[in-house]
Amino acid sequence: MEFFEAISAKFNYWIYVIIMMIGLYAMIAKTNMVKKLIGMSVFQTAIILFYVSIGVKDGATIPILYHDQVHAGHHHDDHAHNGEHYDTPHGTDHEADEYGYPSRHAPDVVIDGDDFANPLVHVLMLTAIVVGVSTLGVGLAITQKLHREFGTIEENEIHDMIKSGK
Amino acid sequence: MIEQAPALILLFPFFASIIVALAGIRIQGVCFPITVISMAASVLSGIAILGQVVNNGAIRYRLGGWEPPMGIEFRIDALGALVALAVSVVGLLTAIYSKRQVPAETPDKISQYYTLYLLLMTGLIGMVITGDAFNLFVLIEVSALTSYALIAMGPRRATLAAYKYVIMGTIGASFYLLGVGYLYIKTGSLNMFDIHEQLIARGIFDATAVLVAFILITVGVWIKMAFFPLHAWLPNSYAYAPTTSSAVLGPLVTKVMIYVMIRLTFTVFGADYTFGRLDWSDIVVWMSVAAILVGSISALAQTDLRKMLAYLIIAEVGYMVGGMWLANDMGLIGSIYHIIADAFMTLCVFLFAGIIFTQTGKRDLNALDGLFTKMPLTMVGFLVGAFSLIGIPPTAGFFSKWYLIQGGVASGHWEYVIALLISSLINAVLFFRIIEIAYFGIKPAEGHGGHHHEELSKESPTKASFSMLLPLLVTAAMLIGLGLYNRDIVAIISDFVSQFNFGVISR
Repeated sequence: MEFFEAISAKFNYWIYVIIMMIGLYAMIAKTNMVKKLIGMSVFQTAIILFYVSIGVKDGATIPILYHDQVHAGHHHDDHAHNGEHYDTPHGTDHEADEYGYPSRHAPDVVIDGDDFANPLVHVLMLTAIVVGVSTLGVGLAITQKLHREFGTIEENEIHDMIKSGK
Repeated sequence: MIEQAPALILLFPFFASIIVALAGIRIQGVCFPITVISMAASVLSGIAILGQVVNNGAIRYRLGGWEPPMGIEFRIDALGALVALAVSVVGLLTAIYSKRQVPAETPDKISQYYTLYLLLMTGLIGMVITGDAFNLFVLIEVSALTSYALIAMGPRRATLAAYKYVIMGTIGASFYLLGVGYLYIKTGSLNMFDIHEQLIARGIFDATAVLVAFILITVGVWIKMAFFPLHAWLPNSYAYAPTTSSAVLGPLVTKVMIYVMIRLTFTVFGADYTFGRLDWSDIVVWMSVAAILVGSISALAQTDLRKMLAYLIIAEVGYMVGGMWLANDMGLIGSIYHIIADAFMTLCVFLFAGIIFTQTGKRDLNALDGLFTKMPLTMVGFLVGAFSLIGIPPTAGFFSKWYLIQGGVASGHWEYVIALLISSLINAVLFFRIIEIAYFGIKPAEGHGGHHHEELSKESPTKASFSMLLPLLVTAAMLIGLGLYNRDIVAIISDFVSQFNFGVISR
């Protein structure tokens, strides 16, 4: 029973590792080049799943501020003297910091980080998805070129053709 | 203008690639000049950066003005400035060299070729100067994707090699990404310097997740740099790729990955963690000994000139990984100096191999038959590169090996010193074999008449064109220059190395 509890407590890690190993198996064991690329895509998707799962929080919602959340602070002057600059959301306060850049304070709204899922990992994974898609695209283009030159996409057949000097 | 140099070194090739992609399809003549001009501008920015760093210390350049832990920053210290300049210089020299090669080998894809070439340079320079761990992943993939395509443009063996490189390279990059994910879980940061500060501040060096991150990142980077036994993708890729592609990939990709390894080990994890807590130095040095010996002995077995050089790269990767893991300052100085020296000496011999392939149309060593009299200047350029790879003073290769050997002796890793000497001897055998063939010619084995007849009919190997000869001779001159000014370069490197107190760590 403890074993199952240990798994269920961290099931997102277990799932990503299992999916990743399925992808790795396809990349190593398959001889068909398109199947290998599918394995590669599964492998990358597992990592995307891993990243997205670490941004999840219990009971949190999407990280978008509602209009009244942002503007609620306007009418409460007691927020102004809590040590930070009271500022509009557009950051009109352009005092320069030590590096000579205008400083950009976040709007002074009381936000509890626990209410929102971590948006950073999603942003990172948007980039990683683009990278993964382009890798798959390059891989498929190369497979197409191989098919044009060798007439097959089976890796062992191509090796035989090279060995026999065709 | 000069304070924007850290962005400009990257943006010149980047915007040039867009211009080449758009304008080059209509007017093919515009590709080569734009490439050379943008790379020259990039070299000038690199010189400006190095000057700034040497005089005023490390540069922090914030992209878009966002503050570092949240925004992405370029952080360039002495090490980064030196390697970035070397990368852009190699890019410029190979761009000049490509003038006749690219239209000859990929006649219908000139603008595509230069677009990829410039994006590759953007990725490689970006990898050197970025201070953000996720940004580094993206730039690794930018340079990897372009290099897959640059290799696959070659003949059919090259396409197969490129396919294997796609599979291996993706595994390497994915491991790196996974490692960064674990670091992000533990520290909540992606800025390399901030990650290190958070690791210290939270005192989580003992956490298993940090160890897993270290292993994943190290293995991922090792795959990308072709460290034995993860080198299988390299030899065929570099041997069969178009000549310009292998002339730019051979010197740069592996060396920049070694820079990345040094950056991650020292800046992100810190020398205390890598050498103090883990203490894997002995194992990794033995692995590098295996890499050096396997690379050198495999090179000895090749008859194909470029394949031989590709195996030499694997041996050189062993030098640098071993040098870093010796865990003392001499080894690290030697390793960093060898990044610069090896970039130029590999460039030198790959440029030579490209010239030979273009002028004779043959891949094997016999193509060199009697070339000393036909192409004296080309052979002189090659001799300097060969002497540097063997390690004969006053070339740069001698001094970098000198520091590596000193590091090996100081840390008591005699197996590394012996492997280095054996490898140098094998290099001597390899290159003197080439010199013998080129100088004295191949003995006529099939009777007397054959050789004479061949001499008459073989008029084709003429002198190399100016655009190919100039980069070779400049590279050769730079190898001697780097050797003669070794004190100044080591002074810059020591600036970086002296931050780490190895005496405390290793004992």
